[in-house]
Amino acid sequence: MSTARKNSALTTLAVLVRDTLTSQVVTLWKVFRHLWVPTDTVQYPEQQPAMASRWRGRIVLTRDPDGEERCVACNLCAVACPVDCIALQKTEDESGRWKPEFFRINFSRCIMCGFCEEACPTNAIQLTPDFEMAEYKRQDMVWEKEDLLISGTGKYHDTNFYRVAGKAVAGKDKGEARNEAQPVDVRSLLP
Amino acid sequence: MGWIEWQVGSGLNIASILLVVIVVAAMLIWVERRLLGFWQDRLGPNRVGPFGLLQVVADMIKIFTKEDWVPPFADRFSFVLAPTIIMIVILLSFSVVPFAPGVGVVDSNVGVLFVLAMASLGAYSVMLGGLSSDNKYALLGSLRAAAQMVSYEVFMGISLLGVVALAGTFNLREIVEVQENGWFVVPQFVGFLIFLIAGVAESHRLPFDIPEAEQEICAGYHTEYSGMKFGMFFVGEYLGLVLISSLITVLFFGGWHGPFGIGLLPPLVWFALKASAFIAFFILLRAAIPRPRYDQLMSYGWLFLLPLSLINLLVTGVVILAAN
Repeated sequence: MSTARKNSALTTLAVLVRDTLTSQVVTLWKVFRHLWVPTDTVQYPEQQPAMASRWRGRIVLTRDPDGEERCVACNLCAVACPVDCIALQKTEDESGRWKPEFFRINFSRCIMCGFCEEACPTNAIQLTPDFEMAEYKRQDMVWEKEDLLISGTGKYHDTNFYRVAGKAVAGKDKGEARNEAQPVDVRSLLP
Repeated sequence: MGWIEWQVGSGLNIASILLVVIVVAAMLIWVERRLLGFWQDRLGPNRVGPFGLLQVVADMIKIFTKEDWVPPFADRFSFVLAPTIIMIVILLSFSVVPFAPGVGVVDSNVGVLFVLAMASLGAYSVMLGGLSSDNKYALLGSLRAAAQMVSYEVFMGISLLGVVALAGTFNLREIVEVQENGWFVVPQFVGFLIFLIAGVAESHRLPFDIPEAEQEICAGYHTEYSGMKFGMFFVGEYLGLVLISSLITVLFFGGWHGPFGIGLLPPLVWFALKASAFIAFFILLRAAIPRPRYDQLMSYGWLFLLPLSLINLLVTGVVILAAN
């Protein structure tokens, strides 16, 4: 064997031994030390996970600060929904406010994508940090308006559609909304 | 053990060793999963019973009540035979392991050779299992297993010869007795390392689980197995783990002797402590070291470990001759 080849064989051996010591043994030691590292496991039913407030979970219908339903049955959420799990029908109450006659979410279809929340112009539909929605019967996963409607404002406290919009409802005439000018009398504009 | 007269080969001895070995092997399923969990910052199975100890019972119920299915394209006889071989062969190997003074099944003069022979027979289990399945992944797995086990057996045997030369006997019990004043791991450290690596390869545990590498070839030779037949391969693997750990304890770490002649604990406890330490080490290997490529495994064995074990034997022989 020539000197060069002998050297290269020795070098290979030296590299192997060095790698074993610096890589494999160090790896073993570092993994072994994880015995004393606290585990990341959250023992779920007893120990509740910390949920982010922006978590996209169970969908709710919220009310405005006056306690009225925010939903104006515009159908944008149903349009935005990629899995077509939202169904609703518009109706109008005696005060002139639009609201859903029924509002139905099929949670066995819902993929919690939050597109409905983004589409909603009145902040009515919102996703909440709740994921415990398991049921034994599939039909129980279809939620009606009474199930979805909550008494509070949800994540957005100020949105109050009929106090901003120009539409006249009982108790708020044209021109009485926030930042709304009085309606112009076209006839008085005569020269 | 004062109240019972322990004698090697008594019926009580055989029954209790068989029971303990199988129970320990089954419990290792739980031990391994928990230890792996801790090493990966998880908890592992901790729900069934205290600390999840009854997980084994749950697994057993599951595996016993599963359909015992033989694929229609498989060769039925060898398909059924294969998983029994590994169990029988490894349980037979335990017969020559000296657990403590008076505890053991056979006091054989060729103990070391018997263990090596049984380890060689173990290769048949894997080969038959893969061949009879008539499945390409199983066949690939058994091909790899055959090559790996045959290769690593060579220097597994040679690495032990240093110990045999030092002790002057093939009898495992006498090898332990010789180590009363000094463990063979000190003069035979290289031999110990080679035996450790070869042992992992023989029991095809990670990082040398190339015959069953899930990411490459499904589950290798036991792809087609389910139910209790799979369970026997599974328990056989853990039995192999216990066997290799016991052998390392016996051959290199003084068996039932305490370190430096310390006799604080009963011999059986010393043995169990050492064997458990090695079992834990094997599980750590699984947690930490990635699997090599197949050709890397072969070249590492033939081009590095084999020459090293030969040199080790040569040096040992020279030292013994010089000392005499």
